[in-house]
Amino acid sequence: MKLLTLNFLTCAIKTCKTNPASFPLHPRDAELEIVEADMNLPFLRNILPRLMWEELRGICGELGLPELPATPPTPADLVEASNAVHGSAEADEEEPSQTAKDLHRILLETCIQEGKLVCGACEHEYAVKEGVANFLLPGHLV
Amino acid sequence: MPEYLVRFAQAHESFRKVELQALADIAGVTLQIITYEEDSPYCIVDLPSDTAARKVIARSILAQGIYELWGQGSTYTALHDSVHTISASKWSQYETASFRFTVEGYRGGNSTDEQRDIIDSFAYMAFKGPPRMRDPDVAFRVFEDYDLDVKEPKYLYFGRLIAESCRNEAKRRFDLKKRLYISTTSMDAELTLLTANIAHVAPGKLFYDPFMGTGGFPIACAHFGAVVFGSDIDGRTIRGTGGSARRGQTGKYDVVGNFKQYDLESSYLGAFVSDLTNTPLRILPPDKDSTKGYLDGIVCDPPYGIREGLKVLGSRQELLETERQSHQDQYKIPGYIPPKKPYSFTALLDDILAFAVATLVEDGRISLWMPTANDEDIELIIPSHPCLELSSVCVQAFNKWSRRLLTYRRRRASEVPEGTLEAVKKEYEKGTRASDLNDFRRKYFQGFRELESMKKEFVRMKMEPKTNGDVASEADVKT
Ligand SMILES: C[S@@+](CC[C@H](N)C(=O)[O-])C[C@H]1O[C@@H](n2cnc3c(N)ncnc32)[C@H](O)[C@@H]1O
Ligand SMILES: [Zn+2]
Repeated sequence: MKLLTLNFLTCAIKTCKTNPASFPLHPRDAELEIVEADMNLPFLRNILPRLMWEELRGICGELGLPELPATPPTPADLVEASNAVHGSAEADEEEPSQTAKDLHRILLETCIQEGKLVCGACEHEYAVKEGVANFLLPGHLV
Repeated sequence: MPEYLVRFAQAHESFRKVELQALADIAGVTLQIITYEEDSPYCIVDLPSDTAARKVIARSILAQGIYELWGQGSTYTALHDSVHTISASKWSQYETASFRFTVEGYRGGNSTDEQRDIIDSFAYMAFKGPPRMRDPDVAFRVFEDYDLDVKEPKYLYFGRLIAESCRNEAKRRFDLKKRLYISTTSMDAELTLLTANIAHVAPGKLFYDPFMGTGGFPIACAHFGAVVFGSDIDGRTIRGTGGSARRGQTGKYDVVGNFKQYDLESSYLGAFVSDLTNTPLRILPPDKDSTKGYLDGIVCDPPYGIREGLKVLGSRQELLETERQSHQDQYKIPGYIPPKKPYSFTALLDDILAFAVATLVEDGRISLWMPTANDEDIELIIPSHPCLELSSVCVQAFNKWSRRLLTYRRRRASEVPEGTLEAVKKEYEKGTRASDLNDFRRKYFQGFRELESMKKEFVRMKMEPKTNGDVASEADVKT
């Protein structure tokens, strides 16, 4: 699972969801893998305002990944300044900036293959195997 | 606005206008349907330009192509008059272009010689360029629309080709017969692509399927440019079991393998195992700022609970303290199976809509398949939610049942009166037996038993000595 999915995932236990500590889930004993993916500027631009920046920064820290900037980039930060100045409307001609490349690397190329995702509120652990996290709740937690 | 002729495939008729409108919306183009009939492949529309026409049709699954309309009429005399009136000013543009000129008939047609004569009857346009079947500069076509078993066509069109759609290529490429990993519930590829179009999939968007199975919908969405992810209550369907529904195929096959097969892995975020009614996705009430919608669309084919009753996580009865303790003691042991309880399809539909409301961005779409029936008895009501606008209903009919594709638009906050969301919190029915809970399932098996007894009766009448006939077809159950 690519790291971006952690931007959407929280604890599956209903009563836990209202507790702010249930988001984000914390990777533990995580085995990471880089899987190269095509750069997708329109997607980065679209998803940017939906990123929970503080939480993502925290996760990167926990995983020992390069630190994300303190404040979220703006859409303009995603393209090379020179091109942005020329104001080319053609999406194909846009040159992704280093910021875009870094973001792409972290969100769309870094994958959790094995390990656990732990709820910060109830401490329930969700196992990740072969890149697939399991959120099925045991009988006593439904 | 100029008129164009859309040449539809004569298939999935009730989806055609809906797809066309969705594609126009995605392209940001104003489209107006001038003439359309369910039993004809020819539809006339208004579009602002050739570029707009090309954009709309390029991605279409149910249109084969689009033509600039150069003439129409109910006889050849009328057609030629119309061609003079509408298009005479355009002829000179193509005077020296290489060209192709073809004649097609729907439910009828002509011999090659007759076609030759038809083509010659357009000689007044005075094209001097070389005829060329492959890659000509311009292609013209005469369309003849016949009534069944009538010799003369009832209507004629003449047009200049603007664009062909991706229909044939996409159907061929995504054909389930050639997909590495499928299961008995895999949705037909043409319908997954069609669903993606109707759900407004577009490059840069984020789409999710909560019942992904072998990934048919996410693959279709990724093909049209979306970034996708999915989940399923059954982890084996995501990871693969080392087998395939296809006979004789062994080895490790899984959803990610399908994405690799189509070179779409870049657009696949991954999948997780979960129950929709206990989703790990963020679904807090939208008044909390952190939970504004984040999905551009949801596409799915939820479980109907036909063959096996519909199940969600939970226990039939409230657990005793000792039982709770034993779950707690055992859940980390490999092989532990979380308990499941029967659930009603109607309640699941309500849950899906509530989930969509909590996760979709404003104007985001959810497209979901659900069974209906031709039989008045079985009609399942179309679920509704005040924060969702039902934008289209398409029907696919089979012999003994039919299903619908429902598409809703997430209303903007400004469209929804305050307090609406709180008012919809529903008390879901609680029950113990799947057959009581699921009307469709009960009716289905009733119909099945009636069929069985009819067959027995038939066999008896024919005085056959033995009933070797557990013939009631698995095929019907499956689809
Ligand atoms: C009709 S199939 C969808 C097939 C899929 N469209 C495909 O092309 O492979 C329904 C799927 O829903 C899953 N399912 C059943 N109950 C579920 C639940 N409560 N939550 C999530 N998924 C569930 C089943 O395991 C099954 O894979
Ligand atoms: Zn929790």
